[in-house]
Order: sequence, then structure tokens, then C-alpha cells
Amino acid sequence: MTTISISPDVPARSAPIDRRDSAMHRLFGTVVSSVATVVALGLGLYALSRFADWSLINAVWPGEPGAMCRRATGACWAFLGEKLNQILFGIYPPAQQWRPALVCAFILFMVVLSLSPRQWRLRTVVLWLVGMAGSLALMQGGWFGLERVPTASWGGLPVTLLLAVCALGIGMPLGVLLALARRGSLPVARFIATCVIELIRGLPLISLLFMASIVLPIMLPAGMTIDSLLRAGIALTIFSAAYLAEVIRGGLQSLPAGQLEASRALGLSWWQMTRLVVLPQAMRKVIAPLTNTAIVMIKNTSLVLIVGLFDLLSSGRAALTDPAWPTPYVETYFFIAGIYFCICFGLSRYSMWLERRFKKGELR
Amino acid sequence: MFKRLWYNSRARSVMMQVLIACLFFGTLAWLVWNAHYNLTQRGIATGFGYLSDAARFPISESLLAYRPTDSYARAFAVGLMNTLYISVLVIVASTVLGFLLALARRSRHPLVNGIATFYLEITRNTPLVVQLLFWYSLVTINLPSPRQALNPLPGVFLSIRGLFFPSVQIEGDWPAVVWVMLAALLVWVGLRPLRRRRPTLPLGRVFFVGTLLACVLAWQWGDVMLTSHSPQLRGLNFVGGTALTPEFTALLLGLTLYSAAFSGEIIRGGIEAVAQGQWEAAQSLGLRPWTTLRCVVVPQSLRVIVPPMTSQYLSIVKNTTLALAVGYPDLSFVITTTINQTGQAIEGLAILMGVYLCISLSVSLFMNLYNRRILRTERR
Repeated sequence: MTTISISPDVPARSAPIDRRDSAMHRLFGTVVSSVATVVALGLGLYALSRFADWSLINAVWPGEPGAMCRRATGACWAFLGEKLNQILFGIYPPAQQWRPALVCAFILFMVVLSLSPRQWRLRTVVLWLVGMAGSLALMQGGWFGLERVPTASWGGLPVTLLLAVCALGIGMPLGVLLALARRGSLPVARFIATCVIELIRGLPLISLLFMASIVLPIMLPAGMTIDSLLRAGIALTIFSAAYLAEVIRGGLQSLPAGQLEASRALGLSWWQMTRLVVLPQAMRKVIAPLTNTAIVMIKNTSLVLIVGLFDLLSSGRAALTDPAWPTPYVETYFFIAGIYFCICFGLSRYSMWLERRFKKGELR
Repeated sequence: MFKRLWYNSRARSVMMQVLIACLFFGTLAWLVWNAHYNLTQRGIATGFGYLSDAARFPISESLLAYRPTDSYARAFAVGLMNTLYISVLVIVASTVLGFLLALARRSRHPLVNGIATFYLEITRNTPLVVQLLFWYSLVTINLPSPRQALNPLPGVFLSIRGLFFPSVQIEGDWPAVVWVMLAALLVWVGLRPLRRRRPTLPLGRVFFVGTLLACVLAWQWGDVMLTSHSPQLRGLNFVGGTALTPEFTALLLGLTLYSAAFSGEIIRGGIEAVAQGQWEAAQSLGLRPWTTLRCVVVPQSLRVIVPPMTSQYLSIVKNTTLALAVGYPDLSFVITTTINQTGQAIEGLAILMGVYLCISLSVSLFMNLYNRRILRTERR
């Protein structure tokens, strides 16, 4: 009889440590990297200390009078504290500014809510539609004793958010339609979609905004007018639809033909096939470029400044015209850029997370 | 009958297409008809006749000679030249900067990598207009007046009126030198078959020295002189030298820094698309890292880089329209000024759109040709 001897456990050998992976070697391993370390450290520390001098040590903080800003060598944060409401909400009547604040809070809440893939269902879409209608009604007023505020007095962050939501929310379905038409079997639809997409992608957004703000009123019958905010929204929507369509087309193209043949063989109608087989897979493949396009479109809403609408950037500039204060342009632009940065940076991290999550799902 | 038509897929596709075409072209026709009706109602004359009228507005800086008494057409040409000028400058500068940025992002050095990433995230996640206005305010507001101008280098002055530096003027028979260089270029191209057949000949070095010698000789015989003119403070501004206006400086700086972030990521993607084995193979052949990059990796990564870079260059050209925000007189600036003055909005915008469509289409065409050439090289 043979006995089974169990050999003692041998710990797994750990991977050999590459000396070049150590932080010390990366920083000072070669002459070149040592020079790079010294130069980068020197420049970085110098820039950081200059920035700290300006933004913290010599700065004038909120609560201090504006006259101090004229003497100080640092940043004038007092201006931002004083003008915060005007930058965020434009010339909306000050007593009513809880309304745009509520709308901003609602939109941001809805965005955060819709981030989780678990919320991607019909209920969320309905909530968005109802909520946006309610937001517009709340901003406009004129009911239940709420003061009526024309869109000409809207401004600041809510305008930026509304334009972005409109451009992406309506632009996305439009973009899907355009992409499907361009990849579809109907020659006329393909021709129209191709022309529209290529035409709009070949034009600068500013020319479309001018088109919407100057030429569109001439193109409507007498007596019919469209609000200027809505006109800018239309231009932004069409613009983003064309760009989103190209991204989605990339996803459609990467779909193996077998998927379409299989769904045909199962007897699905064109609509069922598109909704249940094609779009879910195609969209999943283009999450990263879709988010990039969305970020570009959010940044693009700031261009309405040029056609004279009061988005976040223009109300910031309007706040700067107060003669009682010095004109701290740099601080104001920092603040506005910070708001955009939070939104766009957050979105880009979100798309990375989403991609990782879907990749994990595929491996399983 | 109807049922059969409804369930016949060909009939259905024809009906769908007719419906789509009617809707689309009907809406277009309706808009155009409305525009025509409204314009005739208000008695606004349409057409491009106004292009030959005097423009009567100044343009602060231009490559082409321009006076306010020149025609609108001339003003448009001036604006177009400015647009092309800044586009080319930004494209070249942002590509170079983007390449450096891509190398920095690939670096294993934590500080270099960190600084590049920080720069990238900041520039890519804030709107270009905000960045342009930020640079413009930095250039115009935080700089001293011409009398207290910063003088970082002798002859270079930085003030609220812009950046002034010495201009260099060439006197004498300088075209001779240019002709020599052109001839050298032709000879180099003509020698191509020989270079292909005998790659070991030190042709490059001989040729370089020869060209240099020929240039020096032409320089001597032509009595070419370089004279520099430094800017001088006269009254409230500088005279002489070359000047970059604050508008131009802000636009160039802002667009270049913004576009470099995007170009850098495209280039990095291209470099990373080249298989790791290529680096290792080049290393085992004894090539230095820089040579590996230049001769092995970059040529291969161009295939991946060219298509997205095309759209990046196009978006740079389109982004130059943001010159409106800082007041640099590019085409869109000139056209909006004209629209304000004449009220000919449709014509002006048609010109603007037409020009940008032409640029877009021709750049795509050129880049497609270039792309095909690269692909052909690869197949060989």
C-alpha cells in the first residue's frame, strides 16, 4: 500500500521586483529624469507659491468692502461673494430667485439620479419630461400668483443647464434617428440624413447660432415668432444631433451582421430589432465617444454669449460692468470655469466608470 | 387592395420615402418662401450687389492691405486671410505642443506625467470661450501701460497694447537665396531614385553642405543685409518693430493651448496603438529611444492618427470663429460687422457658411489623399 504524503505548502513566488518601478528610480534614475524632476519641482513650486500668494494670502475675502480690492494685489473674492446671485441667476428678479435655484437643483438631482444604470427605464424618462415642463413653468411663472418672468430676464446657470439638457435630451433621439436613417435601406432617407449631418458638421456652431437668431425670424410667417432662447436651443439641438449621429453610426457599424440576421430569423419587426437588439449593443460600444460629445456640447452652450443670450458666462460678464466695483475678470472666469469643470470632469469620470462596469459584465 | 399595399415591403418603403421627402423638402420650401415673402414685404433688397460698395469700417490688423474705403468684398478677403493665417499657426503650434504632451503623458516620470495630466484635464473640461476670455483679460487688464511696459528681453516689450518685438528686414538681392534653396529642393527630389537604390551613399550630408555653401555664396554676391528695427516708445504707443495685438495674442494662445490637449490625446492614442513588440524589436536592434520613436513608431502610428487628426484640424478652423469673443478681425468678425451695417444677414451668413464648407471639404479631401499615401506605404 502506498501512502500519500502531502508536501508542505510552498508560498507562491512573488513577481521579481523591477528596480525601475520604484518611485526613487523613476524620479532620479537617469540624468534626464533627475533634471526633469528638478525642473518640474522648481517650476511647480514657483507657480504654486505665486498662485497661493494671489488667491489666498493677498486676497480680499467676501464680506470686505469693494474698495479694498482696488488696493490689494491678490484676488478679489469679495466681488464673487457680492455678485454670486447675479452671476448664477442673471437679471432674474432677486425676490424670485428661489425659482431658478430650485430648477438648477432639480436638474442636477435628475442628472445624478439618471447616472445609475438601474434608473434607465421609462419611469425616469417620464420624470424628466414632467420635471422639465414643470421647471419651464416655474421659471416662466404667471400662475398661482407667481410673478410672470419673460425669458429675456432669465439668465445664468439655469439657462446654461436648460440649453444643455435641451441640446442633449432632444438631440440624442434626433441623432439616433439620423444615424439609423444614414445606415438604413431607404435611399431618400439616407441621402437626406447624410446631407444634413455633413452640412452641419462642416459649419461652425456660431454660424448656426446666427442663422437661428437672425435668419430664422425672417423665415417664419408674419405674426409667428419664436422666443430667442428657444431659437438658440434649436440651433444647439440640431448641432448636437449631427455630432451624436456620427458617434452612434460608429456603434451601428461595429455591430456584427449576424446580430441583424439572427433577429430577422427570429421574426422580429424592424422596430423591435432596432429597439431590442441593435441600439442597446451599439450604444454600449460608444459610451466613451458619446460622453466626449456630450461634454463638448455642454461647453458649447457658452457660445450663446455671442448672440447675446444670458447664460452663465454672459451673466458673469454682465456682473463685471458694475462701476462700484473693480473688474476682477480673472476671478470671475475662474469661478465660471470651475462650475463647468465640475460638470464636465464629473461626466468624464462617470463614463470611465460606466465603461469598466459594462466590460466587467461582458467578461462574466 | 390597401392591405396588400400595406404589407408589401417595397410599396411601404416607397411610401415612407415619399413621405420623408415631402416633409423635409416641404419644410425647406415653406421656410424659403416665407423668407422671400417677408423680404419683399419689407422692401429689403436681396443679392450680392452690395459687395462692391465701400465697407467704411476699419479692420485693426490684416495681412492684406486694407483701407475703410475698400469694398466689402475686399474686407471679406482680408477676414478670410486672417482666419487662414491664425488657423495655420494654431494647427502647427498645437500639433508640436500636442506631440510633446503625448510624450509627457506616456512618461513613467510621475511629476512630468502628473503635470501633463493636470493641464489636460483643466483645458479639456472648460469651455474654449471662457479660456479665450480668460487669456484676453490676462493680456489686456493685468499688463502695464506702454510707458511702464515689461521689457523681458532687449527690444521686446509687453504692454496692454500687445507684444512688440524687433522686426527683421532683408535688404539686397534676397530672392537669389530663395531661388538657390528652391533649386536645391528640386535636386533633392530629383535624386530620390538614386537615394532609394544606394541608401548607403552619404548623399544627405554632401547635399546639405553643398546647399549651405551655395546659400552663403548667393548671400555674399547678392549683398543681402539683415537689419533689425526695434520698437520705440512714441507718445502713448510703440512705433516700429513687429507687433502682436492683445486680441491676436489671446486667440493664438487660447486656441493653441486648448487644441494641443485634444491633439495630444489623439497622438498618444496613435503611439499606444503601435504594438509593444515594435519597441522591443527596435531596442534589440540597438536603436536609441528617440530613433525608435522617429523611424519605427511614428510612421506606424500615423495610420491611426490621421483620420481623427483631420477632424481635429477642421474643428480648429471652425473654432477660430470664436475670434468674435475677443475681437480679432477674422472672417466671422468682418461678416457680423457687415451684417450689422447693411442688414444683409442672409447673404452674409451664406458667404460665411459657404466658405467654411469649402474649407471643410477641401481639408477632408487633402487629408484623405494623405491618408491614402500612408496606407500605400504600409502595404509595400
